Amino acid sequence: MNINATLIGQTIAFMMFVWFCMKYVWPPLMAAMDERAKKIAEGLAAGERGQKEQELAEKKAVEVIQEARSEASDIINLANVRAGEMVEEAKGKAVEEAAKVKLGAEAEIEQEIASAKEELRKQVSTLVISAAEQIIKSEIDVKKHKKLITDVSSQLGAA
Amino acid sequence: MSGENLTSSEYIKHHLTNLTYGQHPDGSWGIAHGSEAAKEMGFWALNIDTLGVSVLLGCFFLYFFKKAATSPTVGVPSGLQNFVEMVLEFIDGSVKDSFNGHNALIAPLSLTIFVWIVLMNTMDLIPVDYIPHLGQMIGIPYLKIVPTTDPNMTFAMAFGVFFLILFFSIKVKGPGGFFAELAFHPFPKYLMPFNLFLEIVSLISKPISLALRLFGNMYAGEMIFILIAMLPFGLQWTLSVPWAIFHILIVILQAFIFMTLTIVYLSMANEESH
Repeated sequence: MNINATLIGQTIAFMMFVWFCMKYVWPPLMAAMDERAKKIAEGLAAGERGQKEQELAEKKAVEVIQEARSEASDIINLANVRAGEMVEEAKGKAVEEAAKVKLGAEAEIEQEIASAKEELRKQVSTLVISAAEQIIKSEIDVKKHKKLITDVSSQLGAA
Repeated sequence: MSGENLTSSEYIKHHLTNLTYGQHPDGSWGIAHGSEAAKEMGFWALNIDTLGVSVLLGCFFLYFFKKAATSPTVGVPSGLQNFVEMVLEFIDGSVKDSFNGHNALIAPLSLTIFVWIVLMNTMDLIPVDYIPHLGQMIGIPYLKIVPTTDPNMTFAMAFGVFFLILFFSIKVKGPGGFFAELAFHPFPKYLMPFNLFLEIVSLISKPISLALRLFGNMYAGEMIFILIAMLPFGLQWTLSVPWAIFHILIVILQAFIFMTLTIVYLSMANEESH
């Protein structure tokens, strides 16, 4: 343990090591570390932002769903009302139609009755006439009672 | 114990002798045998083991840190880079805590000091007989593998720091300002000689305390390892294991103290006079 020229040698070595470290080791490593720190900070900020955005989106989604739900229920209500209306309308139409059909049928029946009556009257009058003819043939001279026959026949026609 | 023919004191002495290369008193160059011979070589001799081990460890440190620094990924770091960055983060935190202002030199300087001293101190944990024995087998008579137990090593670093203290003091305050700081504190101007004496002593005590603190701690630790190694070999582990575990703390603590004091001293030198 003597002090000798080793002291000088060591000082030189020490200085060289410090210089090397200062030149080639410290700056690149420090730069990389700083950059990484920045990157991590950015990443964290981005993550936070993303989370906030997600929260907002979730809130919005809930709103949209609620809106959609209320809209849907509105639509259903409207549809129900409309359906009711349509049923009512159909019912009304059906009743109307039925009434119309009924009216038509009644008119037809009336007509039928009228035509039947006419027929009947015609037949009765012919019958009466033929009966009258029979009676009159035996008792009345056509020439004599011509006026009477015409009267009766016109009376029958008016009935 | 190294060699049955050695006495205890010879064994200890052998372990505490550096491999010194220099000029013998008779004029020939060679390796000194024993510390007396090394002393006779005077100042112009080199402790080859201290230089070799410390430079080797320094290159080891720079190789791995440079490797991490050549392709630093900004993404997720792994393995070596992770470790290196952890160390850097620690150093950077220490520097930011104690150093006011900005200086591109301080942080790399602290990193070098810390890692280098940790590596050199760690050599202490290699069992005391392994390397010297190995050296003897290949014909190297002395081998002290803990560079920080050589005062040359610790003083070299401390002087390096001292030069920086002087450099920054003069650079920041100017020669006049630096002189004023030494001469006009803590007492009024008319007590200048006394002030100068006081401040210069405190200035010089900085590198000396740096160097001797590290040297003393490591030297004492090494000494205790050597003493433990002289116990009967069945008993050695009962002491060497706890001491080694405790020493892990000292290894890192001493490096940390050296680094922190360096930062504090340079911070003081870098400040405008108060």
